[in-house]
Amino acid sequence: MSRLLGNSRRARTFRDNISGYDKQLNFIVGALLLIGTLLVWAATRQWFASQGLDPQYYVKRHALNIIIGLLLAYGTTLIDYRLLRAYTPFVWGAGVLGLVAVLIPGVGSTINGARSWISFPGGFTLQPAELAKISVIIGMAMLLAEARDKDSAPTHLDVLKSLVIALVPMALIMLEPDLGEALIISAAVIAIIAVSGAPSRWVVGLLLVGVLTGFVAVKAGVIHQYQVKRLQSFVDPAADPQQSGYQLRQSRITIGSGGILGRGLFTGPQTNGRFVPEQQTDFIFTVAGEELGFLGSGLILLLFGAFFVRAFAIAGRTTDVFGRLVCIGVIAWFAFQTFENIGMTMGLMPMTGVPLPFMSYGGSSMFANLVGLGLLQSVHLRSR
Amino acid sequence: MNQRSRLSLIVTQTLVLSLMLALFGRLFFLQVASGLKYQNAALSIQSRDIVNPAIRGAITDSSGLPIAMDRPGMQITVNRSATDALPDKGLAVFARLATLLALKPADVYTKTRLCGELPIGQRTGCWNGTRQQPIPITKAATEQEALKVLENPTLFAGVDAAPVPVRSYPALAGENAAHVLGYTGVVTDADLANPNNRFYRNEIVGKSGLEYVYDNYLRGTPGVKTLIVDRKEAITSVSHNTKPIPGNNLVTHLDIRLQAATEAALASSVKRSRSMGYHADSGAAIVMDVTNGAILAMASYPTYDPNMWQVGLTTQQAKDLFSASTGVPALSRAIQGEYAPASTFKSVSIVAATSAGYNMNSLYDCPAELKVGTQLFKNFETKSQGRINMTEAIAVSCDTIWYQIAFDQWLKDGGLNPHSPVNDYFFNAARGFGVGKKTGIDLPGELTGRLPDRQWKQNYYDANKAFFCDYAKRAKPSDLTPYLIAIAHENCLDGNKLRAGDAVNFAIGQGDTLVTPIQLTDMYAAIANGGTLWKPEIAQAVLTPAGKVIKSFTPVINGKIPATASDISFLHTALRAVATRGTAAPVFANFPIDVAGKTGTGQVLGRNPNGSAKDDTSWFASYAPSSSPRYAVVMMVSQGGFGASISAVGVKDIYSALFGVVGNKVDPTKAIFGPSGPPVALPKVDPKYAKLPTGVSKS
Repeated sequence: MSRLLGNSRRARTFRDNISGYDKQLNFIVGALLLIGTLLVWAATRQWFASQGLDPQYYVKRHALNIIIGLLLAYGTTLIDYRLLRAYTPFVWGAGVLGLVAVLIPGVGSTINGARSWISFPGGFTLQPAELAKISVIIGMAMLLAEARDKDSAPTHLDVLKSLVIALVPMALIMLEPDLGEALIISAAVIAIIAVSGAPSRWVVGLLLVGVLTGFVAVKAGVIHQYQVKRLQSFVDPAADPQQSGYQLRQSRITIGSGGILGRGLFTGPQTNGRFVPEQQTDFIFTVAGEELGFLGSGLILLLFGAFFVRAFAIAGRTTDVFGRLVCIGVIAWFAFQTFENIGMTMGLMPMTGVPLPFMSYGGSSMFANLVGLGLLQSVHLRSR
Repeated sequence: MNQRSRLSLIVTQTLVLSLMLALFGRLFFLQVASGLKYQNAALSIQSRDIVNPAIRGAITDSSGLPIAMDRPGMQITVNRSATDALPDKGLAVFARLATLLALKPADVYTKTRLCGELPIGQRTGCWNGTRQQPIPITKAATEQEALKVLENPTLFAGVDAAPVPVRSYPALAGENAAHVLGYTGVVTDADLANPNNRFYRNEIVGKSGLEYVYDNYLRGTPGVKTLIVDRKEAITSVSHNTKPIPGNNLVTHLDIRLQAATEAALASSVKRSRSMGYHADSGAAIVMDVTNGAILAMASYPTYDPNMWQVGLTTQQAKDLFSASTGVPALSRAIQGEYAPASTFKSVSIVAATSAGYNMNSLYDCPAELKVGTQLFKNFETKSQGRINMTEAIAVSCDTIWYQIAFDQWLKDGGLNPHSPVNDYFFNAARGFGVGKKTGIDLPGELTGRLPDRQWKQNYYDANKAFFCDYAKRAKPSDLTPYLIAIAHENCLDGNKLRAGDAVNFAIGQGDTLVTPIQLTDMYAAIANGGTLWKPEIAQAVLTPAGKVIKSFTPVINGKIPATASDISFLHTALRAVATRGTAAPVFANFPIDVAGKTGTGQVLGRNPNGSAKDDTSWFASYAPSSSPRYAVVMMVSQGGFGASISAVGVKDIYSALFGVVGNKVDPTKAIFGPSGPPVALPKVDPKYAKLPTGVSKS
């Protein structure tokens, strides 16, 4: 037992890590990354070529993002997540600092109506909200798992503390405003509290608050305003500001027109005609819908489904409460983000600007996603 | 893990997988269940059709001469995708173009707006096509204007000039034929919405007349170039490109010389009538081949220039077409005018009388007037003739004989309390002649006329009883005369009953009886040919531009008139007598063609807008040569006065042209058709009537 423990506590070799990973999970994410890369390429090549730009501009940067993300993921698995607890205050503090920084004029830059990005020299941007998601998950998991034997439930005070941990970054994100990220964090918060074993009235109460907030937000026109802003700020001189439903309608038509077999990779006329704005980022799923059809996009949904099945297996197998709560946080994050993103492209969910995990173009999001994968693998590695 | 945690984990897992399942279901709905719908939606987003019009086939007369054809016009177009790219969105170009073409700048602006770009209510003249399709500004540009546009591509950026086919009605023999030909125009949204139509946007289609009825043959297939565009409306590829296929030529039975002569005869009859003090508001004249129902000429007065539709109607022109003050030129009196047939109807009454057992050789009283019940009925066209036989009765157009016969038959049928079954000889004969039924002529909008039989009386009564019974309150104050009030009261009590007056009036083609000129022509053609009621037909055949026959319109029999051989031979004698010693004898004295016919002078109730009483309808229904009839000719002048002095003279003019009558002699070289009648063989249509217009040369 002590040997086992000692073994797992020492720094792992590369070989240990590779052989200890949940291979199916890696395979699934690898497949999503590969398909995503093709889709980002398909979404941008013809459009860029027609503008006289490098058709591979986006796909190159996307590949670079993936490589950086994979390195980050690998790094994450190297760290014993249990040691992460010690660094949690720093991770959380860094997240909050980033979120404060974007709100400072001159530091944060506004894209698509939300002040969510910090620009760096060289055209690189960072979205602190992505990092903040991870900090909230780890912070909450630490508080709710701390100093407790396996069968005792968190106290009301624990729950309250963990909510403070979540609410500070959420409030800052709402100031940007980035409704999508705030919703994702809410999903993670509720899932962590539920699985932590906290009194059910917390879960029920938080769900009620969430629904009420959502209802008020819609009624007050917050979401609608945000959508209008997004639509108006498309950096495209020729596309006149059409009605706010334009993007969603185009998105639905693009997916629907793929039919069963799809129009073929790189040959979708809707995609090549660039009828769906932001197609390489938030609307990447429409490329799959049009060019790969029901078979291809259904496969993507199956891959996501398999991803969650594997992730839940890791969460269920670990005996460590902290590890399980981190897993659940990551799962809730990915699940809500995937559902919101794909649901939005198909007209099932209102429009909020969240990217599709592992597939959308975008550095910060890709880094965060792969760090999330790293966390899952880290829990997996240390639960055997 | 405590119990609650485990449960929460399972719930979360179930929830997440349900969300994935929901996405899967939605995906299935979008791509599999409604994939086709979205594919069509995507296609309409991505593709833009450019329609290249086909040459419309010519409509020719029976010798192959065009009455309607496409001629080269010079079209100036504006390409919106080019003008939109200009810094001022093309405003300067539009202004220059307006100056060049002497148009209002506002008009050019409106013409170049897509309909969706203009607020509802200000869309008149907007472009209902796509941004990629060149938008026509005019089709009537001169070559000089076209050259100015082509030689100054910077001043006229996005403007192009090219020859296009324009529908034209060349009037080679001076004919007009507007009501027969109809007109063409750009498809409307309503046309496009009709799933039976397979039109392209901005296609020119037949709207009325032959152009409408035979549109599918004439129209041809436009060339379509389908462009695939991106979100900025930039063209990314051409998905499909077909060449236009010219339409087919329609050969009619018309003859343009005869058509012109018929129109001239009608117009001069109207003029003559007016010079005699009648209103003569409108008229119609028809020439039919009695052997097959072919329409050789058909005229309606007043008329209009069919070419004016092509250039674009002005508001005034559009108003005039339907204005009562101009006589509603849009109405084709030949098939849409319904008038009391008056004495021309006596040919039907002859058939009714013989079927009722009357002997045509007996003598009958023809007093100046006859009292039927309490009402006095008079002769219109003649005076007291004493006792005469039926031939004379027809020749001099005695009415009182018919009053007596009709009254007797009405009494036999039970009078006001008809027994069942009734004989109704007169109504049945009229029905057999096609009264109250469309002839089925190949023109749109034909009216049925009216057979005012017992059933019609009942229907009319059911529809108007409330009005008659509440006449004092509902009628216009000006209609509250003691006479009209008395009639209304009578109608309220038993307006559904066929009264003696109705029966008596019907026998002389008056009262509620109405026929169209085409119906009467068909009826007289049937008398002429021995009893066959033909479906009147204008179209003869459809030929491809290369001359191949793709459709022949064979004569169609509508039925047989209920006349025995002896009825017909009696009618031939009696109707000939009309022109030799009867009401039309003065007109046809010394005329070398043996014409048989019947005058009619129809009384019309009501008043003109200026308050004057309406003048009588002048009819002459005829056929010739009476020995072996070939042509039926009917003329009607509404409010024209007497049948003989107005319409019979007009009909004589038509026969003169038809047979080549000069003075009192026939000059066969001047006859329109040879001795064997209208040409039997199909003509060759000169290919030049279906040739693409040539381009402008820059020299």
